Amino acid sequence: MTEDITPALVKFIAEKILKQANKIIKTDEALISSGLIDSFSLMDLALFIEDTFGVRIEDTELNAQTFDNLSQLTELIASRMQGRSAAAPLHQ
Amino acid sequence: MTTFSNLLQLSYLEIPEKVSIVLQNAGQPDQEITYRQLILGANRYALTLTREEIKPGEVVLLILQHGQDLAFSFWGAVLRSAMPAIMPFLSEKLSPERYRADLASLISITKPSAIITSAEFEEEARSALIPGDSVRRVIVTNTIEPQSEPDFDTLAGVKASPEDIVLLQHSSGTTGLQKGVALSHKAVLNQLDAYSKAINLDPEKDVIVSWLPLYHDMGLIACFLLPVLMRVTLVEMSPFDWVRAPYKLMQSVSQYKGTLSWLPNFAFNFSANKIRERNLEGVDLSTWRAIINCSEPVHVESHKIFAEKFSAFGLRPQALQTCYAMAENVFGVTQSPLDQSPVVDEIDREVFMTQRLATPPIVGRPAMKMMSSGQSLANTKIRIVDENGKDLPDRVVGEIIMQSDCMLTEYYNRPDATELALRNGWYMTGDYGYLANGELYVSGRKKDMIIVGGKNIYPQDLESLANEVPGVHPGRTVAFGIYDEEAGTEEVVIIAEVDSEEPSEQEVIADAIRKHVTKSSAIALRHVKVVGEKWIVKTSSGKTARSANKEKFIQELNS
Repeated sequence: MTEDITPALVKFIAEKILKQANKIIKTDEALISSGLIDSFSLMDLALFIEDTFGVRIEDTELNAQTFDNLSQLTELIASRMQGRSAAAPLHQ
Repeated sequence: MTTFSNLLQLSYLEIPEKVSIVLQNAGQPDQEITYRQLILGANRYALTLTREEIKPGEVVLLILQHGQDLAFSFWGAVLRSAMPAIMPFLSEKLSPERYRADLASLISITKPSAIITSAEFEEEARSALIPGDSVRRVIVTNTIEPQSEPDFDTLAGVKASPEDIVLLQHSSGTTGLQKGVALSHKAVLNQLDAYSKAINLDPEKDVIVSWLPLYHDMGLIACFLLPVLMRVTLVEMSPFDWVRAPYKLMQSVSQYKGTLSWLPNFAFNFSANKIRERNLEGVDLSTWRAIINCSEPVHVESHKIFAEKFSAFGLRPQALQTCYAMAENVFGVTQSPLDQSPVVDEIDREVFMTQRLATPPIVGRPAMKMMSSGQSLANTKIRIVDENGKDLPDRVVGEIIMQSDCMLTEYYNRPDATELALRNGWYMTGDYGYLANGELYVSGRKKDMIIVGGKNIYPQDLESLANEVPGVHPGRTVAFGIYDEEAGTEEVVIIAEVDSEEPSEQEVIADAIRKHVTKSSAIALRHVKVVGEKWIVKTSSGKTARSANKEKFIQELNS
């Protein structure tokens, strides 16, 4: 599952947020604490994740403490996708 | 003529139980602060400043998060007749070294006697101090005097004169921090009087809802001083909460029957594009009588998408209004009349671009829509002039200059900057625009300032940061903003010349520029373009011509 998540995130961040389509983003590279993704773009990222993977990142979670790099974010998304398929329906 | 402290004293006596500020913080219950509580809290800070031997007329820097201590310490400094200046605090995005350097440079010019801060920022604030500088005290919020009834007879603020400077207002970045706009009691109160009339302010019925930071003039004046001094309840949320959850503004308007808000243009796009319907369930926006677009160029398209999105929740489209404002006039220069939507002027694009004339569109040729920023306030005169200061007729683009009874006293300790900005008693705004039927249309900037999300950014600050990156030719960088229609604001572009023609090496340098500039300015860059030698256009005198480079960049982008 995670093998699909990371490339999709990289593509979105590079193309839509950084406007540098071929930029390589390392999986341990700091995204939020480095200022690479600014607070306005965090919302975009959350909406993209919701639309693409069907899981929510709450607004109180949009900070470097919850995730700060691709591998942490991928893990967060994957764990929520698993939780979803196991139990709760996606939409209220 | 009265002063801030006189007004606080009156409110303390006349409306002690009225709620002045409702503070909102994500995950916490809302906190109501009555006028009595506000002034009791302010008095604690006034007593603390006295204890610490901070004298009337001295500058006090406030480095605090959104919250009650910021409000209390601001009004406490006022009651002590010291001059408060609210500063941004260090956020995780900014490098501590740069923050320290900017703070030290501000201290060297503004010469504050004290810094009020919280325990979390104390170390940072102290690290910017050097032996022999003006700062005698760093006051931490947990060391302030206990609560007691204010003794207005002994509070220095009550004896202040209306002409005294009451506060300093800085814009951001290294350059902005070195230019503190000094405002007198009289100037602020004249502005509040004129502006209140322009928006038919009603303290009984109005409720202001805001997420704007107080270190910015729109937040400080329209969404802090105006409500507190004019006795209008303010609902104030943290900008950090808003940016992650913009729907909270709508929820608060609905919950508190909010009537007035001020937003920079990008916030109209941000709200329209990023708020999900599920966060608006049960929200009623019908009380919102004016949402005033201000502090960056206004776009009719931004109003349109905002109205479309929120009309289903009771928003009246005519609530969307505009204003042209600047700290040098305290705040508003113009305001659109609230009984109708701002006038939209359709003009011929080519005639406008080539002849700087706003004429009706010629059939079959591209037109553009300009939205009016409204009419000048009753106390403010505006003129449009050419390079020689000669008045221009209606519909001809020139520099906007203004004069009023609420202008800045000076740029604090900067007679050089003050002299440059004022000519024969008129303030040269550095903005371009035209007048038509008494309506002001702001169309561009003479100065090279970039405005992102309502925040003024000096390109020279970003360029000097880019120059510090290894591999970049010092002095061969240029920064400018380009308007992004989707975002409703400008995006920052940096172009840098390097030796290497190797794409992979250029990529590495581009990354380094992005990192260094972002970390040192807290400004996210949208485009970083690394180019070979001689790409950057210079003027004959060797200065970087930002507008020529911007044109070249846009041409390459579109080709």
